[in-house]
Amino acid sequence: MSLDIYKEIILDHYKHPRNFGHLPREGTVAQVNNPLCGDDITMELEITNNKVVDIRFHGQGCAIAIASASLLTEFAKNQKLTTLTTMNKDSMLELLSVELSPNRLKCALVSLEALQKAIKTHGLHT
Amino acid sequence: MSLATELRKDFPILSNYPDMVYFDSTATSLKPRVVIDAISHYYTHLGANIHRGIYDLSEAATEAFEETRAVVADFINANVNEVLFTRGTTESINLLIHTIGEQLVQEGDEVATTLMEHHANFVPWQQLALRKKAAFKVVTVDENADLDMSSLKAPLQKKTKLFACTYVSNVSGIVNPIADIIKTVRAINPHTIIVIDAAQAVPHISIDVAAIDCDFLAFSAHKMCGPTGVGVLYGKKSHLQTMQPFMFGGDMIAQVAIEQSTFQEPPYRFEAGTPHISGIIAFKESIKYLNNITYKAIKKHEEMLMQVLISELRKQCGASLKIIGQHSVNPRVALAAMYAEGSHPHDLADILNADHICVRAGHHCAMPLHKHFNIPASTRASLYFYNTEDEVQRFAAAFSKALRMFI
Ligand SMILES: Cc1ncc(COP(=O)(O)O)c(C=O)c1O
Repeated sequence: MSLDIYKEIILDHYKHPRNFGHLPREGTVAQVNNPLCGDDITMELEITNNKVVDIRFHGQGCAIAIASASLLTEFAKNQKLTTLTTMNKDSMLELLSVELSPNRLKCALVSLEALQKAIKTHGLHT
Repeated sequence: MSLATELRKDFPILSNYPDMVYFDSTATSLKPRVVIDAISHYYTHLGANIHRGIYDLSEAATEAFEETRAVVADFINANVNEVLFTRGTTESINLLIHTIGEQLVQEGDEVATTLMEHHANFVPWQQLALRKKAAFKVVTVDENADLDMSSLKAPLQKKTKLFACTYVSNVSGIVNPIADIIKTVRAINPHTIIVIDAAQAVPHISIDVAAIDCDFLAFSAHKMCGPTGVGVLYGKKSHLQTMQPFMFGGDMIAQVAIEQSTFQEPPYRFEAGTPHISGIIAFKESIKYLNNITYKAIKKHEEMLMQVLISELRKQCGASLKIIGQHSVNPRVALAAMYAEGSHPHDLADILNADHICVRAGHHCAMPLHKHFNIPASTRASLYFYNTEDEVQRFAAAFSKALRMFI
């Protein structure tokens, strides 16, 4: 039943996304979009000692894409880079605590892809 | 009793899913039993390939196949040798860029289309222009999503070799004043080749290529109760005769020698290889089916449904819900692409799916138009003669409930 995915927590994070906007200082930035849906998420990371010490996101998308990004930023703060690079679709589903159809799964993964892309960019610089 | 109540019985899929509200006929229409039976009849009673056999079954298959060409010609008021079969609108238009487009357009020329096109009538021309180093001009739309007739004149010049325009928009449902548009283009340059995308016109409007005076016209069977994988390209005989084939192979050949080949007369010259025989044979059944209902009756029913839809949406969803083209000065067919700030079409379509309501969410292969209005995506409900007022009520209630979850 797909209505189940629109639980309070997802609607709440969609309507009031956490860590939305830009970092106070310039960080490592990566953008990913999903051309099928028009989801477009940019992650901004401040990384110190292989840890994410601050994080923001911005962009547009459906409730699943925005809520996933919001929940992911909450989780990622103060996490080690190695923890974040090993996250996969199951970790995202766990964060969202829902089941998603293959089509909507893509929406949930846009933010993770952006986060991991930013970490990769950062890695290349050190 | 409404038109739909009787006709729904002709659609097996509707009895297989009695709970389903199918509001995605713009993507593809459902198929009546006569069409499904005709496909199956070919495989069970004809079976043979066309054009080649001397035996009875092959001749019967050829006859059934060519009969569709005559029915199509009649349907659009063309001559029978002006009707080419393709796999669909997309292939019909791509055939043109490889034939007349290739021959006609040179560096420094212009190719023009409009902002309200489906990608199938936009990207091929854009790519042709890029390849030929020709200018690519796009006629814009006004704030109502109507074609901007004053901007039509600016890009269209003597240098404009080709102008491609849709008859009906698959996003706004706007019916362009196509005969007037063609007249305007002809007045600027009588030699401009005019290509009409009629994919969304054929399900709702009867077409007369002689009256509108286009050079080419393309459409797909599957949007008008016919099979998938069957399309038509109409072309004026004088053009078809000067066009070189672009696909070579069986069926399109007159003579083959080691040094040289000669080709059949149009339309066969453009139909290389074994076509979708069963689909083309069955296609005439869908034309007969629609003619039997009459376009007049279809229009009347659709207008009634749209009136209910628009007034229910206004009542239940309020002013924050916008419909692309709702203030058009032109007539519109039975579809509505909607958007409301704060809600995303994919979420809405997903929620409606839980109620067995099928709508489309996205840009509907019309990114230039969505970008122009700064809308990332819209939710499109598209109706046909088999939809009922009751379904419209169910949709409006479910849609407004879904919207209220977000805004
Ligand atoms: C206006 C318009 N043109 C072209 C097409 C492409 O048709 P097909 O996919 O059958 O080739 C469509 C299909 O949605 C359409 O709506």
